[in-house]
Amino acid sequence: MPKHQITTTINGDEVDFGCHAGQTLLDVLRTELGMTGTKNGCGSGDCGACTVIVDGRPVNACLVLGVELQGAEIETIEGMAKGRTLHPLQQKFLDHAALQCGICTPGILNMAKALLEKNPDPTETEVRYGLAGNLCRCTGYDKIVRAVLDAAADMRANG
Amino acid sequence: MGTVTELKYESPETAQAVVALLSGVGPMARIFAGGTDLLVQMHEELIEPTLLIDIKGIPETREIDVTADEIRIGAAVTGAELGEHQELKSRWPGIVEAVELIGSYQVQGRATIGGNLCNASPAADSVPALIAAAAKVIIAGPNGTREVPAEEFSVGPGRTCLAAGEFVTSIVLPKQNQRSGDAYLRFIPRTEMDIAVVGAGACVSLNDDGTCASARLALGAVAPTAKRVAAATDILQGNRLDDGVLAALAKAANDACAPIDDKRGTIEFRTKVAGVLACRAVKIAWQRAENR
Ligand SMILES: Cc1cc2nc3c(=O)[nH]c(=O)nc-3n(C[C@H](O)[C@H](O)[C@H](O)COP(=O)(O)OP(=O)(O)OC[C@H]3O[C@@H](n4cnc5c(N)ncnc54)[C@H](O)[C@@H]3O)c2cc1C
Ligand code: FES
Ligand code: FES
Repeated sequence: MPKHQITTTINGDEVDFGCHAGQTLLDVLRTELGMTGTKNGCGSGDCGACTVIVDGRPVNACLVLGVELQGAEIETIEGMAKGRTLHPLQQKFLDHAALQCGICTPGILNMAKALLEKNPDPTETEVRYGLAGNLCRCTGYDKIVRAVLDAAADMRANG
Repeated sequence: MGTVTELKYESPETAQAVVALLSGVGPMARIFAGGTDLLVQMHEELIEPTLLIDIKGIPETREIDVTADEIRIGAAVTGAELGEHQELKSRWPGIVEAVELIGSYQVQGRATIGGNLCNASPAADSVPALIAAAAKVIIAGPNGTREVPAEEFSVGPGRTCLAAGEFVTSIVLPKQNQRSGDAYLRFIPRTEMDIAVVGAGACVSLNDDGTCASARLALGAVAPTAKRVAAATDILQGNRLDDGVLAALAKAANDACAPIDDKRGTIEFRTKVAGVLACRAVKIAWQRAENR
């Protein structure tokens, strides 16, 4: 079976990969490219652990196919920190202890980043609705929501 | 996905090419739009297609075309894109609130209005709103194009009126009267991320004297397909929204129900909620018409 050859941009770098017709972006990232920061929690759009950003929109990587992505711009958790400098969201998740096992964290960070780009000053309710597609079995969400609100305040203050 | 290696993917650029592929391969070919139903069904091995035909490369499926008369929405326009379209939002707020209820933000970025319709779930959120709006479904096939009213499109759970070789290219919302409004409400046990136990879509036009000129009501999740409550039109037409009219409306909604009994809602509960939601949706649509 011939593989499709796809050229994309991932975290700013041009990346080529081969994939089968039915292979999801989640599988491409983890198996073909060895980028295991994107997590597999369910494979059916329910948990949000696989959330990445494609052409500026947050999506579930388990519900996107690799073959559709010719020319697409993809952002994953591996591109969130700039060198050794954490993104404010990452730093606030550490400060607030907003993670335990960490499986949900890459997806939540990407979703929160997309959310704050659209709405830099969200209310607590907006953050909770915004993260409704991201499940966490460990933290009980409060610390996550506080970390996102704190990061938003930080990002507004520092432009 | 058991037969992944046998699966093929095509991304044609014209509707004619889609029809040719569908006609050539038959039922093992599936249209692929946002994939939020299809890839889940493949993941669960409920279906094992041999060909996925991605329609997102066809310009007419991706456009929203607004004219003075009608609005044509491409079948592969996503919920997120519909929510960002200010003109659509101000003319058809009910349609937009229905599609915006579909899934999380992540799902919204992918889920298309055509996919919601064609997946033909009795609980699909956009469908009662489309039926209330008297939307037309534009279908391309081996014999050219044809139009079907939204209320006739689904013929059973997971089943549509599409014949071999046919697919949906767009959905057309008709010209509205000056003073009209629409609304969609659903009941779910949680506050987000759940499937409708009942959905109600309403569309109301008013006369200059404030009485109802015309109205349409549709319910989701209370029968094998989303369905129009035809009796509601007669109950509302020529009248004002007084208690007697609302009581008759709730009764008409109750009578239209033939729901399933499951852990998410008993028959009795779904029937009762249908009446309540129908009245609330009509009230909101009415208010929006008054504010026009
Ligand atoms: C986590 C999650 C939450 C969800 N929540 C909701 C919800 O709250 N409400 C709701 O209604 N739905 C919900 N859904 C279901 C789904 O997201 C919607 O039905 C969505 O609109 C489907 O669109 P799609 O573009 O992804 O369809 P696809 O998966 O691409 O296609 C769905 C089906 O329709 C066919 N099809 C698609 N487009 C066409 C076309 N133009 N012509 C002919 N056939 C076509 C496909 O072959 C397939 O059989 C949810 C799904 C997930 C994963
Ligand atoms: S792995 Fe994609 S949503 Fe759970
Ligand atoms: S930290 Fe374990 S799932 Fe969220």
